[in-house]
Amino acid sequence: MEKKFAVQVDDLTVAYNYKPVLWDIDLEVPEGVLMAIVGPNGAGKSTLIKSILGIIKPIAGSVTILGKPYEKQRKLVAYVPQKGSVDWDFPTTAIDVVMMGTYGSLGWIKRPGQKEKKASLEALEKVGMLSFKNRQISQLSGGQQQRVFLARALVQNASIYFMDEPFQGVDATTEIAIINILKELRKAGKTLVVVHHDLQTVPEYFDWVTFLNVKKIAAGPVKEIFNDDNLTKTYGINYKVAINK
Amino acid sequence: MTITEYFQLLFTDYTLRTITLGTAVLGAICGMLGSFAVLRKQSLLGDAISHAALPGIALAFLITGAKDTNVLLLGALVSGLIGTFWIRGITKKTHLKSDTALGLILSLFFGFGMLLLTFIQKQPNANQAGLDKYLFGQAATLVEKDVTLMVIVTGISLVILLLFWKEFKILLFDADYTKTLGFNTRFIDILITFFIVLAIVLGLQTVGVVLMSAMLLAPAAAARQWTNSLGVMVFLAAIFGAFSGVVGTAISASENNLSTGPVIVLVATVFVLVSFIFSPGRGLLFREIRFRSNRRDLQLKKTLQFMYGIAKNHQNISHPHAIKILNNFHGFTKKSLKELEEKEWITLQGQQWSLTQHGYEEAQSLYTQKPNDE
Repeated sequence: MEKKFAVQVDDLTVAYNYKPVLWDIDLEVPEGVLMAIVGPNGAGKSTLIKSILGIIKPIAGSVTILGKPYEKQRKLVAYVPQKGSVDWDFPTTAIDVVMMGTYGSLGWIKRPGQKEKKASLEALEKVGMLSFKNRQISQLSGGQQQRVFLARALVQNASIYFMDEPFQGVDATTEIAIINILKELRKAGKTLVVVHHDLQTVPEYFDWVTFLNVKKIAAGPVKEIFNDDNLTKTYGINYKVAINK
Repeated sequence: MTITEYFQLLFTDYTLRTITLGTAVLGAICGMLGSFAVLRKQSLLGDAISHAALPGIALAFLITGAKDTNVLLLGALVSGLIGTFWIRGITKKTHLKSDTALGLILSLFFGFGMLLLTFIQKQPNANQAGLDKYLFGQAATLVEKDVTLMVIVTGISLVILLLFWKEFKILLFDADYTKTLGFNTRFIDILITFFIVLAIVLGLQTVGVVLMSAMLLAPAAAARQWTNSLGVMVFLAAIFGAFSGVVGTAISASENNLSTGPVIVLVATVFVLVSFIFSPGRGLLFREIRFRSNRRDLQLKKTLQFMYGIAKNHQNISHPHAIKILNNFHGFTKKSLKELEEKEWITLQGQQWSLTQHGYEEAQSLYTQKPNDE
């Protein structure tokens, strides 16, 4: 019997003005893994997530989520964009941003009610931000903003989470808080795809990894494929040697 | 006519009432929709759209040969929309940034519009005079029919705004995320842009092509200073806009030959200025006051810390010391000693000071105090 993957990407190719950013990516993410996407700057990590989610239109390729086309499975998918992708001076509060996570299931025109509010408060509590619920979002620190973004995805109650550098620019406390939440999600059977920059923490945080540099270099369990050979192929330098110099 | 006379006349004079109502409604719709333009960082889009509307007015006149306001505004709407979609097309399809695209379209359409206006002026048609009022606007030409149109359009935009409030809000904040939730972001985007164009076109007769963008931006920029809630901001912007309309009309009616459009825009700018200076959260004045009080506070604590350093070396923390020994320390002034005494952190006796128990504890906790956030 054919195994059903959480995310299956076939022949995905993306180009900006003739320059290929992603080239013929085939990727299969099994259900229930916590996967890191690693690669150098400009490798197309964010682009990969964005084209899976239909934010960027690929030249070619298809994406299936749990066996069906992505468009039919949107409700099963949550997204945590890069923190820097929005204007945090927008006039709104933390709880309001989290509540946006409920908009998808509400659909057009219908407004969030008590049920949505309650779910959003619970999500804020999970990320340790309940006491900041009425805080204007520009008055949150970078780490707190990242937590609010995470809470917004949590409230979607999805099966698969895509996160674009959730650890970027956060302090150690927040990083630990976030990774604990991610691990909890995995324990609950969710699948997580995370763009990650810090190679040191990959073996500690993740159980699955994809090496990406325009092309897919390798993908699989961290224990089996997170090695010098793949790092060198992806980053073009002997990573271990370079770092110990 | 003085301002008081104006307000007396307002209830009896039909023309004055029509004009005032018109400018008020116009200010309200512009403030309301302008908030969205400002938050989308498309402040200059309004400027480009209003300039892009000019050739539409001229062409509508050339085609129909009549100066019916509704027909001319319809022309303005069409060419404004064409301009808007060209701007979007240029930024999407080429490497050009949006400011370049805005500039290009603005000057191209405005230039073409001016060309058509001069061409029309040379025509033998007796009707041609007065089209140039659309450049700077002329509120005096507002008649009941125009105001009715404004009220209807404002009503429709209000309904649309309330219906799609959640969608507008999330698109403004995070467009990519909105897409992943399954919303048709293109539709929401077109909807909001369409109503912004509509508001601009409505204002052309009153405020004119050149100054129209200020009507859109000024009330919104002022409103942003007073609140951190989108709903309140849109509401305030509508109020500020309406007030600018009324006050501007009042001033221009009381002084002879003052053009209404520019006066309204100036009044709206006064709102912005006042908001920038006096708003409690973001205003310059309160920021300066906060800054000074923080600095004062810091100075006091610095002095206290210094005293603590001396006092903790003694068995009795309230052992008196000469004020003189503080002299080599920068943070100390007569005034700050007085303030420390008022807070009961120290006591002063002649030329001597001594720390109180309360002051000692306060100084001790200064280093261990956690900052409010993180």
